[in-house]
Amino acid sequence: MATVSGRPDVDVDLTHEQLREMYELMLLARALDERMWLLNRAGQAPFAVSGQGHEGAQAGAGFALDPSKDWLVPYYRDLTLALRFGTSPRDVMLHMLARAADPNSGGRQMPGHYSSKAHRILSGSSPIATQIPHATGIAFAAKARGEDTVVITGFGDGATSEGDFHEAMNFASIYKLGVIFLCENNGYAISVPQKKQMAVERVADYAKGYDMPGVTVDGLDAVEVYAVAKEAVDRARRGEGPTLIEAIVRRLTPHSSDDDDRTYRSAEELEDMHSSGPLRVTRNRLMEIGALSDDWEQETKERIKTLVNDATEHAEQSPLPDPGTLADHVYAKDGSRM
Amino acid sequence: MREITYTEAAREGLDEEMARDSSVFVVGEGIGKRGGNFNTTLGLFDKYGPQRLRDTPIAERGFIGMCTGAAMTGTRPVVDFMFFDFILDATGEMINQIAKMQYMSSGRLKMPIVLRGCVGVGGSSATHHSGNYYSFYSHVPGWRVVLPTTPRDAKGLLKSAIRSDDPVLFLEHKLLLNTRGEVPDPDVDELIPFGKASVRREGTDVTAVAFGMMVNRTLEAAETLAQDGIRVEVIDPRSVAPLDMETILESLAKTGRMVIVDEDYGPAGMGAEIAALVADRAFDELDAPVRRVNGVHTPIPYSPPLEAAVVPNRDTIIGAIRDLVAE
Ligand SMILES: Cc1ncc(C[n+]2csc(CCOP(=O)(O)OP(=O)(O)O)c2C)c(N)n1
Repeated sequence: MATVSGRPDVDVDLTHEQLREMYELMLLARALDERMWLLNRAGQAPFAVSGQGHEGAQAGAGFALDPSKDWLVPYYRDLTLALRFGTSPRDVMLHMLARAADPNSGGRQMPGHYSSKAHRILSGSSPIATQIPHATGIAFAAKARGEDTVVITGFGDGATSEGDFHEAMNFASIYKLGVIFLCENNGYAISVPQKKQMAVERVADYAKGYDMPGVTVDGLDAVEVYAVAKEAVDRARRGEGPTLIEAIVRRLTPHSSDDDDRTYRSAEELEDMHSSGPLRVTRNRLMEIGALSDDWEQETKERIKTLVNDATEHAEQSPLPDPGTLADHVYAKDGSRM
Repeated sequence: MREITYTEAAREGLDEEMARDSSVFVVGEGIGKRGGNFNTTLGLFDKYGPQRLRDTPIAERGFIGMCTGAAMTGTRPVVDFMFFDFILDATGEMINQIAKMQYMSSGRLKMPIVLRGCVGVGGSSATHHSGNYYSFYSHVPGWRVVLPTTPRDAKGLLKSAIRSDDPVLFLEHKLLLNTRGEVPDPDVDELIPFGKASVRREGTDVTAVAFGMMVNRTLEAAETLAQDGIRVEVIDPRSVAPLDMETILESLAKTGRMVIVDEDYGPAGMGAEIAALVADRAFDELDAPVRRVNGVHTPIPYSPPLEAAVVPNRDTIIGAIRDLVAE
């Protein structure tokens, strides 16, 4: 049932303005991401993890969802999706610099663990793949309430080796739940390449075992991902169940700020990988469609720079968490019903 | 004696055991060509090849179960798990299978498996890269749980762990990995036994039993207190299961006062166990109640100022010991 999407002339129902918004989201995510990396290198944050190279897959999928009612259950590279669901640049930097006002966790979680109750972004954990059953559970509860909510969860190719992934897929399919399983396949689990992680050729092949559609799509092209995700979301919304989408992406950075990928990726491979990326591919696509102009792009990049500077300064001036609050939230406040 | 790091020493121990016994192999994520997230296997891939340094998919429950099967039939797997928090998914395997298999087979099957990796708070590692869990596993019959704090102990205890027919949790506090210390030359086949504490500093006023990174913090505190004439004896049990109570009680007989310094949680922890054993076996030796210094009973936060407040430091240990001496 796994299919490979390959529709270069794909016709999508987005206006030129919406297409520009989608690309702008990718530019914003990239600019924030680069700043986060710099803050880490400058010693202002102990840790950074990046979504550079994954923006196209996330923007395309994100635009197929309805942030006013759908849920996002992200993993640590899902900055673009988090922004799409309403996280602001200031929120991103408050989280990155672990300030008391970090709306995600008040500085308790590592960077890259985006969440917001207000925006229906579920808090994730560092152990790989643990978010996938949670996404399924949200869809399970939504279905029980009679809502047509769709839940998207992001994860890497490595995460598909965990039982959590397979068990969640099975549940979602048995109960016909509205889950979009978005595998952002960058070919690596830290240093371990895909061929050492799975015998199947494509992650999307796993869908067969759970009797759900599985689609592989070029994750560098946001427009193409949108088309695939839209179909999956429509299907989920109609109550017809989950879809596994495998978006082929590139990890343009080392695994995290603690990694040096030159120890396991050759110079040629690194050079080849950097020869293209989602920003370039999506930009070319929008240029062909006639949705972009150089002026617009110039102006947008300026605006984004201002936003990123503002967010960084805002977070830098914001206070650190007070050690007196260390033990807050281990248990619910007034949570006892006994 | 030459000085090398904790990680180098443990790696040397692993290398020696792999050279000595071809049934020893390592599994883990990125332990092949990359040499491990913490350089635990650096250079060994070139020496022993992909069969004996097996990069795995991210499936902790799966590869621990797989190594359990392999261990029962005569091989000696070393599972390199990075952070203890990552193998919590394998808790069923670890408690139901590994710990009980020798018992269930009335000794017909052996369980020579080593699970090694990091524990401990430090470096803003947050809720899922900071767990300790050694007191947890000391509660489970069947496991050997070791917690080396010096490079020499890391090497000697890892060698013992690999030769052990019992399952061993070999836990490395992440802040100790790059610390340096004296280690005998490579040709010295030094095996350090489990259940033998090391007296890291002698003293006559207070016995301080410390675990993992807290051994170093307590040694720093002892140094400062010595300037005020308070002589602290610092004991590093090195393994929590078995626990060397003899050395601890001998020290108490000398000092009459005891504090247990453990960054792990207080409730149902090592300090509670030691205090209970002391009350049972040496109540008359006590000149003051046994005191505990523990990490705060919360998940571990990322934020540097919050993280710093979660574990005992030199000053909190000094304060606790001064109070104990004044009692
Ligand atoms: C249960 C668990 N095991 C191991 C790790 C360490 N780890 C963090 S990220 C990662 C690789 C994940 O690879 P993948 O799912 O492909 O996502 P990518 O980072 O490539 O986007 C690993 C092994 C972890 N966080 N949790």
